[in-house]
Amino acid sequence: MRSETTERVGDTDALDIRHLSKHFGGAVALDDVSLTVRRGEVHGLLGSNGSGKSTLIKVLAGFHTPEPGAEIRLYGQSVPLPIPGAKVRELGLAFVHQHLGLIPSLSVTENLFIGSLSTGQDWAINWGAAYREAATIFVRFGLALDPKAPVGTLSAVQQALLAIVRAYEDIRRATENHVDRPGVLVLDEPTPFLPRAGVEQLFGLVRQCTQLGASVIFVSHDVDEVREITDRATVLRDGHLIDTVVTANTSHEAFVERIIGRNMDAYGGANKQARVASTAVSVRSLATAGVGPVTFDLSEGEILGLTGLIGSGFDNIPALLYGARKGTTGEMTIDSQRFDLAALNPIKALEVGIAYLPADRLGEAGIGSLPVGDNVSMPVYGKLRGALGLTDRQIGRHARKLGHEAGVKPNIPSMSLAALSGGNVQKALMAKWLQIGPRLLLLDEPTQGVDVGARQQIWDALDRTAESGAAILVSSTDYEQLAQLCHRVLIFARGQIVAELSGSELTKDMIAEHCYRSMPQIA
Amino acid sequence: MSTGQTSDPIAAYEKRIAALEAKLNSLEESVILRTAHETETFDWKIWAERFGLLIAWGGMILILGAFKPDQMFAWNSYASMFGSNAMVVVLTLALMIPLTTGDFDLSVASVMGLSSMLLAVLNVKMGMPIGGAIVFVLAAGAVVGAINSFFILYFGVHSLIVTLGTGYFINGVILWVSNSNTIAGVSMDLVKAVILTRLFGIPIGFFYALALSVLVWYVFQHTSLGRRLLFVGRGREVARLSGVNVNRVRTGALVASGVIAAFAGVLYTGMRGASDPSSALAFLLPAFAAAFLGSTAIYPGRFNAPGAFVAVFFLSTGIMGLNFLGVDSFVQNLFYGGGLVIAVSISQLIRGRKPMD
Repeated sequence: MRSETTERVGDTDALDIRHLSKHFGGAVALDDVSLTVRRGEVHGLLGSNGSGKSTLIKVLAGFHTPEPGAEIRLYGQSVPLPIPGAKVRELGLAFVHQHLGLIPSLSVTENLFIGSLSTGQDWAINWGAAYREAATIFVRFGLALDPKAPVGTLSAVQQALLAIVRAYEDIRRATENHVDRPGVLVLDEPTPFLPRAGVEQLFGLVRQCTQLGASVIFVSHDVDEVREITDRATVLRDGHLIDTVVTANTSHEAFVERIIGRNMDAYGGANKQARVASTAVSVRSLATAGVGPVTFDLSEGEILGLTGLIGSGFDNIPALLYGARKGTTGEMTIDSQRFDLAALNPIKALEVGIAYLPADRLGEAGIGSLPVGDNVSMPVYGKLRGALGLTDRQIGRHARKLGHEAGVKPNIPSMSLAALSGGNVQKALMAKWLQIGPRLLLLDEPTQGVDVGARQQIWDALDRTAESGAAILVSSTDYEQLAQLCHRVLIFARGQIVAELSGSELTKDMIAEHCYRSMPQIA
Repeated sequence: MSTGQTSDPIAAYEKRIAALEAKLNSLEESVILRTAHETETFDWKIWAERFGLLIAWGGMILILGAFKPDQMFAWNSYASMFGSNAMVVVLTLALMIPLTTGDFDLSVASVMGLSSMLLAVLNVKMGMPIGGAIVFVLAAGAVVGAINSFFILYFGVHSLIVTLGTGYFINGVILWVSNSNTIAGVSMDLVKAVILTRLFGIPIGFFYALALSVLVWYVFQHTSLGRRLLFVGRGREVARLSGVNVNRVRTGALVASGVIAAFAGVLYTGMRGASDPSSALAFLLPAFAAAFLGSTAIYPGRFNAPGAFVAVFFLSTGIMGLNFLGVDSFVQNLFYGGGLVIAVSISQLIRGRKPMD
């Protein structure tokens, strides 16, 4: 179903994508997607996680080769596929990602001209001229940026603005006939970490770019922002193009409906009823930069989910409760023992029975270059010591037993952790913490990148742990997983809890709907 | 708006899950079969990796012996080489401990020189009994380690820079306390306790180094402390999040390094009955070469005491043999310098040529 209008037709469209498909093995990431971006248009690109948004962007950036049959035109000219990554700017495409790609220790001017500085052949850079040119560019966009200031001293908003101006300028320099090809800027989730006033400024700059003739693809989770800035918007779901709509004619609800679909939830409600057991853990006024203060409780044996859109702050909570980051304030009570979160650290947290499994499996949770046996035995070395001290054989025996219980395959303790598949790494690392019998288990994205079979085993292990009385906190963006696994789910937006779902309300769709709907009204 | 879905998505999903599970199980079985197969057939490869350095040592003795059989096949040559390299073994062990926790200690050779010189000054010039002087210089080594760790951990400066600086600083201190002179006449008790007493013809100092190697091997391999050192070196963040007090472990490693390097200085003084202000500094590179070459053997991929022990004598056998062949003393530099680069290259091959951190 298409509802395109032809209010603003340029000479030719800026970007025309036809029949774009992309498969990863058997998985279809994009299925026959066609869309056009007009000259001077801000085009929204919406969709939940896994909808194909990022795949589409990566095809445009030349990271992915689309399936045969696709055609991409820029200003009427067909571009070679895969798009040559080194030449995207000359074709008239530039990207601003959430990680802006700025070097904090270098000056604003060096960052602005980093493209020409890194490939140029100048033997005598005229810094005076470069500073003047940078200043001229900032004046044209009405930005108050000091060309000599180190980027690290700029605010988050100023950095985002600089990255956008740089993208625009990169296209302007790279394209031979700039008037005819003013370029397409792809802004990939630029706003989640910006304050509201900063978003306004960023939108002002986006409008200036379009007035200069450029087109902008604005990728976002935030329906309100898309409605505010875009002319038209395309919604993707599960790799399919659902609709391209004229933003002005589309209500918030209509967008949400398209993003999350109208399919009834497969499970029609949570399989688990909310726990009514006594409170095991209570968190009071937990806060850090951009998050909180939030207050919530966990019952004994409860699996509590935390979710929200990118930047809503829910994903920080597990690390904060473990004392893994500085600058946390608030209070936590476990089994009527009270802790100041500002003074908590991982060693103390472990002593009171808190375990934390980070999302970054081989960066924070386990050591890829060391054997599985050492990785899983780390918390219990003291207990494994025999008469002659710790031996590899004892570690191996212990790890093989743990691995067998957790279903780690292949269950060979001497293998390096990195040699296991994602799911098996996660099973092993879960076993590492479950063996100490934690009172509170904190998990961040426990099944990201985990195959279906392993996922089920991990869920079963979590269920068993909860039944034995532990409280479990799971932060995740996988709504389906949360709906099935958790007794209760808290939804975050802008660092605050905005909704709590449990019982029959706890479905994948309800979580999605609350994530997209409930932007808190901040004065 | 909604795309065409089957009327019963649950059944369709469950079917897919079942099919995936079947596929997964068969894949897992084949993986297990393959790994089992590999552990059987590739056993010799692991074995060769572990004992390759020992085999190369033997091979080198045979080749050099073919040219100079009288000297290369004489126990005396080896006995004196074992004795005269004892302090290199000790220095290598000192270096290995912070290397395992991920810190470079370039000041070890300077600490060895400092301890050697302080011992001579205290004992000869100030008449302090040798026992007390030894305790004093070991404590001085600990202080240097503590200073290194203070700058590395409190200020967050890279260990390479800090220890390069403290090492150079210490070199200045050595020249200062010695007035740039060699000091001879150290207590004969020490000389007896290091070199004059012999066991199987080998100076007793060698057995101190051997005992220390066994101790370090035990700590690394058979205590939870040793594993924690390894965790801290391989994944500082993982170790921290697993409840290891990372700063304490790193400080301990640097202090231990200082004390052991000071002990190397004691052996060095005892071996010569004297101390000069500069010669100890030349042992930094041999210690590095042995530590890295040793990390390719016995427990490949890890800095380990038996590997380091073998590596020291592998390198010194080569130098001894080339000396017998009448090659000039510059061969030492060639051997140690080349050995370090080749050893690191080999360990990179073992790691699959991933960039070093």
